[in-house]
Parts: sequence; structure tokens; C-alpha cells
Amino acid sequence: MEMVKVTIDGVQVEVPKGSTVLEAAKAANIDIPTLCYLKGINEIGACRMCLVEVKGARALQASCVYPVSDGMEVKTNTPAVREARRVNLELILSNHDRNCLTCVRNQNCELQELSQKLGVDSIRFEGESINYSVDDFSPSIVRDPNKCILCRRCVSVCRNVQGIGVIGANDRGFNTIVSPVFDMSLNEVPCINCGQCILACPVGALKEKDDTQKVWDALNNPELCVLVQTAPAVRVALGEEFGMEMGTIVKGKMVAALRRLGFDKVYDTDFAADLTIMEEGTELLDRIENGGKLPLITSCSPGWIKYCEHYYPEFLDNLSTCKSPHEMMGALLKSYFAEKNNMDPSKIFVVSIMPCTAKKFEAQRPELSAAGYPDVDVVLTTRELARMIKEAGIDFVRLPDEEFDPLFGDSTGAAVIFGATGGVMEAALRTVAEIVTGKSLENVEIADVRGIDGVKEAEIALGDITIRAAVAHGTANAKALLEKVKSGEKEYHFIEVMGCPGGCVNGGGQPIVSAKEHMDVDPRLARAAAIYQEDRNLPIRKSHENPSVKRIYDEFLGQPNSHKAHELLHTHYVPRKKY
Amino acid sequence: MATSVLANDSQKFAELQKVIAQYKEQEGALMPILHRAQEIYGYLPLDVQNYIAEELGIPLTDIYGVATFYSQFTLKPKGKYTIGICMGTACYVKGAQKVLDKLQEVLNIGVGDTTDDGKFTLDATRCLGACGLAPVMMINDQVYGRLSPDDIEGIISKYKDE
Ligand code: SF4
Ligand code: SF4
Ligand code: SF4
Ligand code: FES
Ligand code: FES
Repeated sequence: MEMVKVTIDGVQVEVPKGSTVLEAAKAANIDIPTLCYLKGINEIGACRMCLVEVKGARALQASCVYPVSDGMEVKTNTPAVREARRVNLELILSNHDRNCLTCVRNQNCELQELSQKLGVDSIRFEGESINYSVDDFSPSIVRDPNKCILCRRCVSVCRNVQGIGVIGANDRGFNTIVSPVFDMSLNEVPCINCGQCILACPVGALKEKDDTQKVWDALNNPELCVLVQTAPAVRVALGEEFGMEMGTIVKGKMVAALRRLGFDKVYDTDFAADLTIMEEGTELLDRIENGGKLPLITSCSPGWIKYCEHYYPEFLDNLSTCKSPHEMMGALLKSYFAEKNNMDPSKIFVVSIMPCTAKKFEAQRPELSAAGYPDVDVVLTTRELARMIKEAGIDFVRLPDEEFDPLFGDSTGAAVIFGATGGVMEAALRTVAEIVTGKSLENVEIADVRGIDGVKEAEIALGDITIRAAVAHGTANAKALLEKVKSGEKEYHFIEVMGCPGGCVNGGGQPIVSAKEHMDVDPRLARAAAIYQEDRNLPIRKSHENPSVKRIYDEFLGQPNSHKAHELLHTHYVPRKKY
Repeated sequence: MATSVLANDSQKFAELQKVIAQYKEQEGALMPILHRAQEIYGYLPLDVQNYIAEELGIPLTDIYGVATFYSQFTLKPKGKYTIGICMGTACYVKGAQKVLDKLQEVLNIGVGDTTDDGKFTLDATRCLGACGLAPVMMINDQVYGRLSPDDIEGIISKYKDE
């Protein structure tokens, strides 16, 4: 790599050619303030918070987009720079709804942090402001334009990373607003509820629909049996909300915290992930053997499902009919669990703790109510669970490790890797390989489908058949892959799609990683590393070897894809219009 | 709602398709397409913008952002007669506000709106370059100068009956 020498505030550093001044400053241990910049996602130089003096340049320059050159001299802390940044910040603050105390991002807000860092103690411009109504019609995402600083990070992620673009910068001048078209609600436009925009937003202008009160109410209702389940990706991220390092596995503490919150049983969505593999693996082999619709495409990610319904309805028949794992779990809790415990399913309240905002929308789908009641009553994101734990005064970091409740808490390494892109594919192949060949797999790790390349491919020879598989994560990558399938350029048997880049570990309901942290760590990788560690930690690593899954089939469901399994565990999809 | 504007008038729709085909492969196609679409439909309703988005393979927000950024585009239908009352300095000083108030009263609409019968759209404009005649308004291409609020009813009624 070609390196260049730059001097920043008198400190000489060597950085790769093509770096920005911002990156070079970082190498010199200088932290330049930013707001609109989000590494790899939004590099548009719009907010001008990151201004610096470059020797020889006429005006102050936006360091987040200004490339370094050899011998460049930069000053980041001159009176002119400080004043310019300060004025910019005060202008932003002058028409910002500054109610930090009641804001979801209080103490986790890039604007607030900047204001503190730059020592803003008064605002010289008391501007007019428009009072916008809050858009809270979507079951997943809440938009509050009064807190929006027009940085466009959400616009970029939605348009470019997800390939969707249902929010944009509209109107002009003082009236500029980041919003859907024609003053519509996010609920009326083809938003897939992925929540990637929330992760990108530096402030409290985008947030999940908070459903914690519904859960508190249920926990307080003596008539209800309140059951909770947790998705694989939550256990590798929840700790971040309590100051723990990214990639810490907190499964045991999470279970302990849920018990202390008062849930009657603490179950693991991983159990249902193993079940999904049994159902979907069987579906795949059935389609291959009996000339069914191929490629089979996974259906665990509700963001992806809604994307497919809006944008690629021609692929709906390719989708696996399997419900997503937590919905399968809900259906079993309101049938099998209810029968076993002699309970009326109306008295069972199922809460899913998910890394995902799209699952809030999913839980409301009328077709997902196998026992006559919604399979899942409330979906909480990782962030909302953290909020409940804090409100309850539980000292999370010091909690002992506890175990999930038996049966629906039993799972395998194949299930936990559902949390990372490629995981469902890998888990499915572990099981399908053994069904087809009748032999035990020696190496269960399938490296080709791991990692964060946008589209990954693998060919697995299983006896007579070679399974051609592809994996995409983030809907823009899914789009690229589907176009190739559509044109006939590529042919596969099996495709895994996860709606969020990196898969569930980077889901829209996960802890928010600031732009600063993004310069150092990639949550898609750091959290996935913990997922794969957890896989290796577990004694059983193949879904079909989960004894509790076997038991459910023996006692209740019969065979995978049986009539009963279909009634409880499978679903269908509907084409949806765009506008 | 979707497709209704397009389906209502097959001739306009055919014209729109032609325009898109003409510019589609060119760079910077969006501005000319939006201009021509507005000429055809008189405004840029959702269906028209959405159709253009689909044809160009870009998100609707890209188009809507442009359509709302430039004041030459309008999202609402224009009336048969567009009344532009000048709010430039000279006209303002000579009492344009009073004339505007009267226009709003007589037409029973606000600035930027169109009457329910589709006849009149009311706009406030910048200097029309006829300051000597202040206060000035234009109805389509016709200029009216040295206006007083009392003139308004008479002028409007002429157009109403047409
Ligand atoms: S977005 Fe940030 S600065 Fe604004 S009110 Fe919320 S916490 Fe405070
Ligand atoms: S939830 Fe996803 S699709 Fe919806 S606006 Fe946000 S990024 Fe776009
Ligand atoms: S909603 Fe958030 S991310 Fe989007 S422009 Fe506003 S402040 Fe930026
Ligand atoms: S312009 Fe550099 S962070 Fe916004
Ligand atoms: S100010 Fe009205 S015409 Fe010039």
C-alpha cells in the first residue's frame, strides 16, 4: 500500500494514500468532531462539523471527505476552526427539539455528546422552528422530524445499503425535511421495517416503536402466564448496553435478568431455529427430489420477506413456507405447551426478544396465529430489553449465569449461528448433508458461507447431488443476487437472505454503534465472532441431534412437514404494492 | 388511487411514455422528463412520479426530492387560470398585500391553492418586472397594473363567466 506523510497539529503520521484527513487525524490520536459522517455509508461532507485548516487551501475543509496528500499540513484546533464548528453546531441546535431528558437517545446521542465536547453553554441564534407531527403509525419505526439534524445518514443506508430508498431529503431551505414522499407515513410506503435507518441515526429522530409497557402490563397481570424467548443475536450484543465490550457473550446473565424481571419461563428461540432446520431442510430435499420450485429461499428474516413481497413478488413461491423461528416457537407454546400444562392459549403471553424491528411488524400479521391467537404477542428489541433491565434496577454485569428452562430452551450450535449471515445456510447444510449421505459430517464448519462479502456462494457435493447455494445479506445484495437468478445467469438450489447487512447480529433492534466506534470496529464481524465462538462452545452442533426437537416430533408433530407441522409452523405470503 | 391519473387519459399517458423513452438513456434525464411531465399533466402527481421512478429504475424519493426542491415544479393541479400576484418590493410598498387579501377572500383559497372548480390557482410571485405599474398581478399572460382591492371582484368575474 502506498503511504503518504501528513502533519496534523504538528504530529507527523503515515497513512495509506487515499485516506481522508479525518482518518489521518485519528492515526495521530486526534478526534475531530463529526455528525453526518458514517464510515462506508454516508461520506457526503454535508454538516461541516469536521472542518479543519489545510495549509494552502483557501477555505476551511470538511476533513471527512478531504483526501490527504503527501506533505500536507493540517491544523484541527485553531480559533477559526473552533469558531466555525461552534457556529455550525449552534445553528443545528437552534431549531432542534432539545428535550434530552425525555429522549430515547439521552446519553447515547452524537449531537448531545458533541454539544458537551465543544462546550456549548448557550445558543446565540434562537431560530424559528417548525413543529412537525411524529410519525408513529408503523408498528416498527417511529420518526420524529423535530429531532432530525438532516445529516442524511438514514437516507444513504436505506437507499444504498438496503437498495430501498423510502426516505429522502425533501423540500428546500428552511423547510427541508427527511421524510417519505407526499407526507406519507413510513407505514404507507414500501419500508421493510429493517431499522437500519435507526442504527444510522446519530440522534433520536428515528427509533423503534417502544412496546415495553405492554410487557410490564403482562408481567403484572396475575391471569397471564408470560413466556419469553430470545433470538441468537441478542446474547452477543445485550452486554454492550451495559458497557461491556462488543462481542461479549452474555447468555447466562441475560437468562438471569429475564427471570428477575418476572417471566414465568425463559426459552430460547434457538430451539425453534433447530426446528426450522428440520422443516426447511426437509422442504429443500422435497423440492429437489420432486421437482418443486427452486431455488428455495429462506424465510427467517421478516425484513427480507416484506422486501420480497413489495419488490420481487415473482419470487414468493420460492420462499420457504417455514415461519420464522420465533413464530414457530410462539405457535408451539400456544398449542403443545398449553395442552401439556392444561392452559387456555388465551392466557399465554409470548414475548420475543429480538435484534430486529421488522419482527414487530411480522408479529402483527394475521396469518401468524396458529392457535387462534397471535403466535407472538409482543416483540421487544435488544435495546428495549436493556431499558427494562435498567428500569428494574438489575445490576446486569454482576448477575450470575443461569440456564434456559428445559425443552424449549434446549438448542445446538447450528441454531446459534442463525444470528450471522450464512448461518441458516450452514446449519441447514449440516443437517441436509447427513440426511442425504447417512454419514456423520466430520467438519461442520462451512467457511464459504461465513464473513461479510455481500454475496457468498458454495457448492456442496452430497452423494449424487451437488447443492449450489448462495447467501446474501442486506437487501441491496439480495436484489443483485435475485436479478442474476431472474436473468438465468445463475442457478441455485438454495439461497439464504437476511434483510440486514451482516445478518441479525447487525439487526435494526441491536445496540446502536456510534460513528466514532464504527471507525474502529465492525459490529457485523465482532458480534459474529462471538456467535461462532458460542457454536464451538456447545456440545451438540447439528439441529437434528437436538434431543428436545426429536421429542417434540415424537410426542406432538410427527414428522417434519407433517400435516400438523404445516398447520403450526408454516405460512404463506402476499404480494404488496409499492405506492 | 395509484394509476388513476395515468389511466384516466391514455393520450397524456402515451405522451409521457414517449418522453421517457426519448430521455431515458441520457445522462441527467430526470430534469427534462419532469419538466415535460409537468407540461403534460399540469402538475406532478404521485402516480406520474412513481411511473417515472419505475421506468428509470430509481427510488421514488429521488424524484420527489427534486420535484420539491425546485419551485418550478408543483405537486398540486393548477387551475385553468393562474393568478400571480407580485409581492416584490415596489408592489408590496404600493399595497400588494391588501390586493392579495382580497384575492384570497374572493376566491376563498390560500396562496398555492386551486379553487375546487379547477378554474383558479393563486400564487404569490417575485418582481414581475413591471414595477412602474405596481401593484401588479398576472392572470396567465395578461398583466393587470395599478390595482386596488376594489378592482378584484370585477376582474375575477370576467374569468369566472368564460
Ligand atoms: S436527539 Fe440528542 S440532543 Fe436531541 S433531545 Fe435527544 S438526546 Fe438530546
Ligand atoms: S426501516 Fe429500513 S426500509 Fe424502512 S426506512 Fe428504515 S432503512 Fe428504509
Ligand atoms: S432522521 Fe436521523 S439519520 Fe436521518 S437525517 Fe435525520 S438525523 Fe440524520
Ligand atoms: S461534513 Fe464531515 S462530518 Fe459532516
Ligand atoms: S415589484 Fe411588482 S413588478 Fe416589480
